[in-house]
Amino acid sequence: MINVRIPPVLRPEAGGAREIEAQGANVRELLEDLQARLPELGDRVYNGSEIRPFVNVYVDGEDVRTRDGLDTPLRTGSTVILLPAMAGGC
Amino acid sequence: MVASSLLDLIGDTPLVELRHLSPPGRTIYAKLEGQNPTGSIKDRVALAMVEAAQLEPGQELLEPTSGNTGISLALVAKLKGLKLTCVMPANATAERRALLELYGATIIESPAEQGTNGSVRLAQEIAQREPRYAMLFQYANEANPRAHYEGTGAEIARELERVDAFVAGLGTGGTLMGAGRRLRAAFPDVQVVAAEPMPGDLVMGLRSLDDGYVPPVLDVSQLDRKLLVSGEEAAAGARELLNREGIFAGVSAGAIVHIARRVAAELPEGAVVACVLADGGWKYLSAPFWHGEELDEGKLWW
Repeated sequence: MINVRIPPVLRPEAGGAREIEAQGANVRELLEDLQARLPELGDRVYNGSEIRPFVNVYVDGEDVRTRDGLDTPLRTGSTVILLPAMAGGC
Repeated sequence: MVASSLLDLIGDTPLVELRHLSPPGRTIYAKLEGQNPTGSIKDRVALAMVEAAQLEPGQELLEPTSGNTGISLALVAKLKGLKLTCVMPANATAERRALLELYGATIIESPAEQGTNGSVRLAQEIAQREPRYAMLFQYANEANPRAHYEGTGAEIARELERVDAFVAGLGTGGTLMGAGRRLRAAFPDVQVVAAEPMPGDLVMGLRSLDDGYVPPVLDVSQLDRKLLVSGEEAAAGARELLNREGIFAGVSAGAIVHIARRVAAELPEGAVVACVLADGGWKYLSAPFWHGEELDEGKLWW
């Protein structure tokens, strides 16, 4: 099982949950699992072939776009975080 | 050292070894940007943007900012005899507003509930409607990464013989893009690592991009790694910098140090990591985390 953390802005699509469990050997399989079980959440994050542009997916704190993208492997106990893209700079 | 203008004292900040926070066998060097004249790295960006701006006579500067960039621009504008107007959310803290006004900036308020994105929108509307304003807009201004290519990055390349990883904060992307490119030219195998703060009240100055805005300055494909830091990790990092190294730095510096230690520990023995501490701790004195108190649950996501 993989723990998936849901930010406040996406919680309505996850039935209000802060954290849910999902399955998959890599990020693609995990997002497909989310799409099958929580289609509204899955669709906000993944369009069926890639992660949507203004969403970031992190595995153990690292953005999968600077790892292997959808092929980034997952292990039991991995933590996945979904976040809207941000910038700062004051 | 005698300078003829405070503007000549921008940049050339010192690098200091973090002897107590570096993992065994690795060395982390921190660049102390809090030692710039207004106390932050944004002095570099403000000076570069104003000097690159082609202003018509009588034109005034306009920028959406309630933070370090505004204070830096206010100093540069004052010393160059220019007027500056900052657009900021109506609920920006009194200290930030007061500091900008003391430096001589004019303030225009944008609706509090629209946050920083509202300030950007309002500033863009004003700049379009009133030609007397020139908006510098650090998120899209090429002088921003250039200041870090020619300054921050070049200074690190000059001082260090080896850099295996470079860690800086992800804000506008200016530091990572500019200094990252300069360091890659000097050290082809360097990893350019972005530390990305978790959104929340604790890490001030973040703007939400869920309406689809990505800074044009930022090209994520130029980053080798992008690592998330929670507010708690950033606060712990700031406390450790103070307690173990004596460095009083801001919250984003705490985030940077957290990531620099993680990256250094993952690199082979002998590795050198350079990181950028963007500002001093002064503007965060009233924040609750210096003594290690539990953070307010309402400000954390999990």
